[in-house]
Amino acid sequence: MAWNESGGSQGRDPWSGRQNNNDQGPPDLDEVVRKMQESLGGLFRSDKYRNPNNYSGKLFFGLFIVLVIWLLSGIYVVDQAERGVVLRFGRYSVTTLPGLRWHWPYPIESVQIVNTEQIRNLEIGYRSTTLGHQPMGSVPAESLMLTQDENIIDIKFAVQYLIKDARDFLYNVKEPAATLQQVTESAVREVIGKSKMDFVLTEGRGEIVDRARSLIQEILDRYQTGIHVTTVNMQDAQPPEEVQASFADAVKAREDEQRLKNEAETYSNDILPKARGAAARQLEEANGYRSRVVATAEGESNRFLKVLQEYEKAPEITRERLYLEGLEDILAVNTKVLLGSDNNNLFYFPLDQLLGGHAPGHVDSLAPIISPENSAPPSGPSLRNRQDLRNRGER
Amino acid sequence: MGYVKSIVAIIIFTLGIVVFFCLFTVQEWQRVLVLQFGEVQQAITEPGLYFKIPVIQNVYYFDGRILSLDAEPERYLTSEKKNVIVDSFVKWRIADVQRYYTAVGGDETAANIRLLQIIKDGLRGEFGKRTIQDVVSGERTQFMEVLSTEASKVAQGFGIEVVDMRIKRIDLPREVSSSVYRRMEAERERVAKELRSRGAEAAERIRADADRQREVILAEAFRDAEQLRGEGDAAATEIYARAYGRNQDFFNFYRTLSAYRTAFKGRDVLILSPKTMPFFRFLQEPQGKTPP
Repeated sequence: MAWNESGGSQGRDPWSGRQNNNDQGPPDLDEVVRKMQESLGGLFRSDKYRNPNNYSGKLFFGLFIVLVIWLLSGIYVVDQAERGVVLRFGRYSVTTLPGLRWHWPYPIESVQIVNTEQIRNLEIGYRSTTLGHQPMGSVPAESLMLTQDENIIDIKFAVQYLIKDARDFLYNVKEPAATLQQVTESAVREVIGKSKMDFVLTEGRGEIVDRARSLIQEILDRYQTGIHVTTVNMQDAQPPEEVQASFADAVKAREDEQRLKNEAETYSNDILPKARGAAARQLEEANGYRSRVVATAEGESNRFLKVLQEYEKAPEITRERLYLEGLEDILAVNTKVLLGSDNNNLFYFPLDQLLGGHAPGHVDSLAPIISPENSAPPSGPSLRNRQDLRNRGER
Repeated sequence: MGYVKSIVAIIIFTLGIVVFFCLFTVQEWQRVLVLQFGEVQQAITEPGLYFKIPVIQNVYYFDGRILSLDAEPERYLTSEKKNVIVDSFVKWRIADVQRYYTAVGGDETAANIRLLQIIKDGLRGEFGKRTIQDVVSGERTQFMEVLSTEASKVAQGFGIEVVDMRIKRIDLPREVSSSVYRRMEAERERVAKELRSRGAEAAERIRADADRQREVILAEAFRDAEQLRGEGDAAATEIYARAYGRNQDFFNFYRTLSAYRTAFKGRDVLILSPKTMPFFRFLQEPQGKTPP
């Protein structure tokens, strides 16, 4: 009877417990209460050895407090992004959704809370933060891999994943995160090993990432890791450090090719317009020449014809006049030496002086012989010369 | 009443102790072996609450999840006698707890060592049959499947199920790597040289084409210009001929005078004999008779 009584008194605890729970308003309260009521018998059974041999009310009260604390220890909170996995006697019982939850306390039930919505990150080939003794930066052992054409390539990957099934994640694979790392390395290398280097470095990035992602997911599903790979990012794909100089040089060579072409184009663009300009000039000059020659010819002809017209009216006199005018013009401007005698006397010509620096002076000084009005006072030495010349000429 | 109560209490107390020592839980991820004086009594694979006889029976817990064997990278020879460094991992789980316990003593490390030997042998055999090309790209998947089924067969003897065996890395040894690097460099140099030469070729073509165009332009311009000049000359000649043809005699006279003018421009010394030139006839005689 005493056990029934104590059981009755225990039966009230869940009510007060429920009221507590009610204040905080979890959605599954009814179920919790039902569970507690159903399991009352089991409850006090597990509790009975704590009540050895004293029946005083104080002891009962103490037991009651202990029981309440024990029951309250089953309350737990599942966060919005989390799921709680409840095990009853080690066997999976239920996965609970976010909210305030209660489970039978130890040793009946236990709960493990897993964040299923947080996106986690795994880095292959580099570390963006310092982890333990591993420094930041690249990890060549992970990032260097062989391509199909037996080249070595340096690739860095980042894998984002979340836990899609908390139960699988917890109980199927030991060290799921390490498994993901192994699987990722293996899958990425398999994909890269089936691709050619140029493909990986240039247009193949998207395809490689897709193939790697599906392969990783396939393997993880086979292991039932409960992990879902959301994205695989190829952070960096480049030739290894040892050969980067040559690769850079090849890229530079491509630029050089373009530069050489451009320089040649520049040259072409420089000389061709100039040549066209020069050609245009030649043509214009030729055109000018033609016009000039024709115009000159016309001018001279017309002049001749005009003169001829008048000449024909009085040929004798005109011819004489023209002759005189012509010689006048010629003799007026040139140096003259008149030979006076018929005989072939030898005489001295100071030709060097006539043709030398004094020549213009001579023209002037000799001019009076023919045209006295055109005279200018002669200078000393040239006067003497002139007189000599005249003497000789007259002789 | 008091006596009864104390007896009940004692019974319950002993019951509690019995429950405490006799019951045990098997967790979701555990496999359990119950041994009685060293003899396997029960192999438990399902989680839950179980009963045992205290003191007489012992309970051994094993990890029932998929476990990893991550081997250290190892050198293998391929069929063309090239060294490769292979890093692999094996995923396995306990399939038969009893056999696992008997074969490897239920020790994970011992199991890993045994498994490793199997895998290494398998890898050595399979690599010896294949070229690098095959294992790197071609038959990687088949290769791994063959290995895992083979390993699985042997491992069954230890109560182990090989879930998967995968090659993580196949790398070339350092000395081979450096020659690969040199080859890659040579390849890039070839590409670079080709690109530059192609650039030079294209540039030379462009320049030559430009030079040719310039020559053509200038030559054609010269041709056209000369033609124009010729046309001009021809037209002028015709005009002259037409005009001067009107009076040949006067033309001779007129044109000669014009020529004299141009010929003697004032810098010349003329040595003249006045007696023979009509121009000077009045210089000698007022009558202007030219001496015979």
